[in-house]
Amino acid sequence: MSAVADTHAQDHHHGPAKGMTRWLLTTNHKDIGSMYLIFSFAMFLLGGSMAMVIRAELFQPGLQIVEPEFFNQMTTMHGLIMVFGAVMPAFVGLANWMLPLMVGAPDMALPRMNNWSFWLLPAAFLMLVSTLFMQGGAPNFGWTFYAPLSTTYGPPSTTFFIFAVHIMGISSIMGAINVIATILNMRAPGMTLMKMPLFVWTWLITAFLLIAVMPVLAGVVTMMLMDINFGTSFFDAAGGGDPVLFQHVFWFFGHPEVYIMILPAFGVVSHIIPAFARKPLFGYASMVYAVGAIALLSFLVWAHHMFTVGIPIFGQLFFMYATMLIAVPTGVKVFNWVATMFRGSMTFETPMLFSVAFVILFTIGGFSGLMLAIAPADFQYHDTYFVVAHFHYVLVPGAIFGIFAAAYYWLPKWTGTMYDETLGKTHFWLSFVGMNLAFFPMHFLGLAGMPRRIPDYALQFADFNMVSSVGAFMFGATQLLFLFIVVKCVRGYGEKASAKPWEGAEGLEWTVPSPAPYHTFATPPDVK
Amino acid sequence: MHVHVKRAGALIAGSLLSASALADWQMNMSPGVTDTSNEIFGLHMTILWICVAIGVVVFGVMFWSIFAHRKSKGHKPAHFHENTVVEILWTIIPFAILVIMAIPATATLVDMYDTSESEVDIKVTGYQWRWKYDYIEDDFGYFSNMSTSRDEIYNRMEKSENYLLDVDNPMVIPAGKKVRLLLTANDVIHSWWVPNFGVKKDAIPGFINEIWVKVDKPGTYRGQCTELCGKDHGFMPVVVEVLPEEEYNLWLADQREAAEKERQLTEKDWTLEELVERGEGVYATACAACHGQDGSGGGGGAFPSLRGTPVVTEDIQAHLDIVVNGVSGTAMQAFGAQLSEADLAAVITYERNAWGNNTGEMVTPKEVFDYKNQ
Amino acid sequence: MANNQTYYVPEQSKWPIVATIGMFLLMYGVASIMVNNSQGEPTQASWFMFLAGALVMVYMLFGWFGSVIRESRAGLYSEQMDRSFRWGMAWFIFSEVMFFAAFFGALFYVRVFVVPWLGGEGDKGTSAMLWEGFQANWPLINTPNPEAYPPPDGIIGPWGLPLINTILLVTSSFTITVAHHALKEDNRKKVKIWLGATIVLALVFLGLQAEEYVHAYQDLNLTLQSGIYGSTFFMLTGFHGAHVILGTLILIVMMVRIQKGHFTGDNHFGFEAASWYWHFVDVVWLGLFVFVYVI
Ligand code: HEA
Ligand code: HEA
Ligand code: HEC
Ligand code: CUA
Ligand SMILES: [Cu+2]
Repeated sequence: MSAVADTHAQDHHHGPAKGMTRWLLTTNHKDIGSMYLIFSFAMFLLGGSMAMVIRAELFQPGLQIVEPEFFNQMTTMHGLIMVFGAVMPAFVGLANWMLPLMVGAPDMALPRMNNWSFWLLPAAFLMLVSTLFMQGGAPNFGWTFYAPLSTTYGPPSTTFFIFAVHIMGISSIMGAINVIATILNMRAPGMTLMKMPLFVWTWLITAFLLIAVMPVLAGVVTMMLMDINFGTSFFDAAGGGDPVLFQHVFWFFGHPEVYIMILPAFGVVSHIIPAFARKPLFGYASMVYAVGAIALLSFLVWAHHMFTVGIPIFGQLFFMYATMLIAVPTGVKVFNWVATMFRGSMTFETPMLFSVAFVILFTIGGFSGLMLAIAPADFQYHDTYFVVAHFHYVLVPGAIFGIFAAAYYWLPKWTGTMYDETLGKTHFWLSFVGMNLAFFPMHFLGLAGMPRRIPDYALQFADFNMVSSVGAFMFGATQLLFLFIVVKCVRGYGEKASAKPWEGAEGLEWTVPSPAPYHTFATPPDVK
Repeated sequence: MHVHVKRAGALIAGSLLSASALADWQMNMSPGVTDTSNEIFGLHMTILWICVAIGVVVFGVMFWSIFAHRKSKGHKPAHFHENTVVEILWTIIPFAILVIMAIPATATLVDMYDTSESEVDIKVTGYQWRWKYDYIEDDFGYFSNMSTSRDEIYNRMEKSENYLLDVDNPMVIPAGKKVRLLLTANDVIHSWWVPNFGVKKDAIPGFINEIWVKVDKPGTYRGQCTELCGKDHGFMPVVVEVLPEEEYNLWLADQREAAEKERQLTEKDWTLEELVERGEGVYATACAACHGQDGSGGGGGAFPSLRGTPVVTEDIQAHLDIVVNGVSGTAMQAFGAQLSEADLAAVITYERNAWGNNTGEMVTPKEVFDYKNQ
Repeated sequence: MANNQTYYVPEQSKWPIVATIGMFLLMYGVASIMVNNSQGEPTQASWFMFLAGALVMVYMLFGWFGSVIRESRAGLYSEQMDRSFRWGMAWFIFSEVMFFAAFFGALFYVRVFVVPWLGGEGDKGTSAMLWEGFQANWPLINTPNPEAYPPPDGIIGPWGLPLINTILLVTSSFTITVAHHALKEDNRKKVKIWLGATIVLALVFLGLQAEEYVHAYQDLNLTLQSGIYGSTFFMLTGFHGAHVILGTLILIVMMVRIQKGHFTGDNHFGFEAASWYWHFVDVVWLGLFVFVYVI
């Protein structure tokens, strides 16, 4: 490992190494980006399979497939895997691939650390998933792991869960540091902050959120660890602590976390809509300010998840108002997207279909979020399927559709091959129908009074649950089609892609050939 | 194997039928029976319609563009990309709408927080997985367990009308009076919810949350625990019976008397058979959820079997200690404060003589009393 | 903006994957030590795993930082690279600040809300009904349930060891700054003296802190188990102490590098990062001193 000897081998024009070491030892942002994306999709399938177990059990009343104990483990692991394993790594993968290409940098700022950030993830999830096979089972206290269910009453595997969260946290923090350093320090000459593509902007702010809140998550699981193993009483009133303390700290992390899962998707959609409307993005500056406003507000609203814990009324009102305020900047974004489409010249290739669906369905999810924000009404909604409907509307057609849109949009750049448009559209329409069938009835179930996190339910909820399960199976099965489309594309079956396959697309990434060479922008481009 | 499949098939078909016969396609919240719940319902409908209206406008413009401004129709793109006036407008208008929503919301919230001037106080304690109602002024209290049988849950029996929503002893309150509930929990966080009252509040171990209800219409109202509280979180219903004033007073008198009788049970001389018989019932409601109907344990080894284990077949003192004081740091709670002396004695005696644990030994309520007060 | 042409993109490196394996073994080992301990099962295998992980981590740290140092001394790093390191270090320290913020937040919440509630005041004052005989005051010298959490016999006053420790750390922040200036002037001898002084101050601090812990455990019965006062006290001072240990190790490494003749007057980010970190540790202590000991 003599670095001095390495220096002369350091011309940027040779390709990737051969075999496994290419992936294990790589420092290349494109390789690392691909690994993140593949890992994330694997986790999506795993977390999705757990959702299938949940939906199968809820297909009809009564217990038929799994025991309540295992059902809770499925719910918990589904939530954790989707949030930390599927959505977050997917966005980091996109960041790795696209940020250097978009700002005209040769690579991420700290390439070795970049590789470490990735490889910590499989380690963390190996640890997390291994808890399923431990005595007493996997974590069964929900992805929000409220104390004392997760401390005094948690299964022995909780300690492993805590360390897995620590590792994920380290990975995310390092990833975010890398993103910030890349964006702030590696931009091509001439690219001022207010000329940065929106995906870059949203990621800059997301990275800031990550660095601000992941350590808080680490802090709260550390307190759990101490309560479980060292006799402290952070979350036990008998020693002067409070279980609700856990919730405050958790949601101080948790609420910004949900924006971590949506802001990069906002960025993606802000590229795709102008590209297929063949018209510049409406209100670039206000888009940037809106994202900033959402991020700042997100630190002031955490207790809207805790309206029923008995917060003093002034707290209750403060958190209600602050939460409602978020609708304003988010509305600005929605209106800007619509204004971009307005009087454009639109075509509807797969990325655009996903983006349009994103705008519509995310807004619906936003509306239900706003309803939840009304504290007195939340007394009826809280911990029912109405909440489950809300967050699947912002996460599935929000985060996940955003990721699909990005994948279709940039696949030609990544692989050099066009994906199969007919299959892509089929994927979209089946997903769209399946997803709405699965999650829309959940609004009704929640309003009619069905609590969440239950393996069995009263008879009046039977019909909509069955509809929902059918939709979920449909949506799930459709995702195998996506796998097929991507593999086909990676293998090179399909039309060759030009450097800029989309007529209306803008940005530095389209100035390099497709597939993007292993090393790009060794000399920075000039941005006017 | 084959038989199993057939039977499963029949069961599924049967439950499908019964399910669809009973189910309704309720899509919205119901207004409920209290002033609070009605206010919430009104609020809910208002915001819902506001959202629908905004949706119609936003999606309307969007669909119009999608249909009219497409390339296939030969539409040429415009080039505008900024307009400060509209930007300001669509910041201010949503803000104004939000203010309009916030006003009634604030009023409702202030109302709900006012627990003063209550006429009845009941302490509600969440346990894994049942509720306990203590009538503070009247010095009695009791547990409320789900009464839906495991046979119904495991599809071995047709599901009854109030499947999963029935309890043995509902909470009883008088109609037309403001009742204050002091919510707390014994182990983990639970949440007490009756949709028709518009009341949902977490029950947090070590703390008390206060809520109030005033129901004018007598009847039976059902709800569920809504905070994940472990394995049987889904099997922890809340049932409230609202009685007219006179009936409520009669019920109160009955309860007081029964509580007195219960206390006398400690003094009584019991036979082994009587204790075992009583114990079987206590076991089924208090212990079976974890240790299994037949004492064989559960939860994949998390809950120990009580068949032939040394604690249950040998050392009586250890047995008493575990049941009365629990095992701290595990799900095994201290039952000393939850069950009466008679019930404790009965359940211990039952465990020592059931499922092949034929020790022939018994523990009397007096012994338990002495053990607790030593 | 500097020219990107000189931006150094390292070749393949084995360190990330080594670090991953090390971290996995270490964490898995610690977790299974804890779990096996609580279940009364043997822990040898877990200890073995933990130690293996620790060794791999040490190997990795030497290797990884070794390559960075070699590359830096070989002049591969441009000014732009230097800025990347600066952003990286700055945001890393920010993340550490947020980690401590979680514990400070817990302390404030407990003191301002929870303890008064349990003692019968405020919005949830009814809760006192569940804890007969509990007197709310801070420091918490009685607990709601003294059987589960035996309260301490006394607490550590601020004006003894803690005050001395505060003076030590503030002084050390000063000495490291002097050393830094000396390095800028390329005055090696001066650097060694002032950096050495910083390290000595750090070590004395750690010694006193250890003494304080022994005193708390042995004489005052103030332990992790003595309720929320002990919990927050040890959590905050303990994590701070761990950071001081880390900081001291970094300073020692800097000393070694100075001895070896590394760094120049205008290229010494390693040293600067160490001093940033040291200042951060110092500032956290000031917060601790005020909120944990004095108020
Ligand atoms: C990507 C993730 C994501 C996003 C973006 C959001 C966005 C929002 N969320 Fe959501 N939320 C979650 C993920 C997310 N949420 C999750 C995972 C949970 C559950 C966690 C758990 O308990 O497990 C949750 C739970 C949750 C709750 C707690 C419910 C409960 O447990 O009782 C609340 C309450 O206030 C809430 C509110 C909001 C609001 C107000 C927004 C706003 O940001 C939405 C803003 C958007 C719009 C309003 C639409 C567009 C705007 C316009 C068109 C302008 C005009 C509109 C008006 C003036 C009305 N969310
Ligand atoms: C980004 C996050 C994300 C995503 C994408 C999803 C995706 C899905 N989720 Fe969600 N979910 C959460 C985050 C997410 N979820 C969270 C945070 C919770 C709360 C957890 C808690 O309460 O603690 C939750 C809880 C939750 C519940 C409530 C559980 C309960 O309260 O007990 C349900 C119930 O239906 C559900 C269903 C689904 C379904 C059907 C999908 C589908 O979209 C999944 C589709 C994907 C696949 C199916 C995988 C691909 C296909 C295959 C592997 C092939 C095999 C396919 C078949 C056999 C058909 N989820
Ligand atoms: C919420 C779950 C739960 C309920 C309800 C419960 N137990 Fe237990 N019980 C446990 C657990 C967990 C243990 C194991 C404790 C340990 O780790 O030592 C246990 C242990 C025991 C033991 C000791 C067994 C042994 O071999 O060590 C006895 C006896 C016992 N319970 C009796 C009862 C009785 C009697 C009741 C009802 C009145 C009851 N339990 C209700 C969870 C429960
Ligand atoms: Cu009790 Cu859920
Ligand atoms: Cu939130």
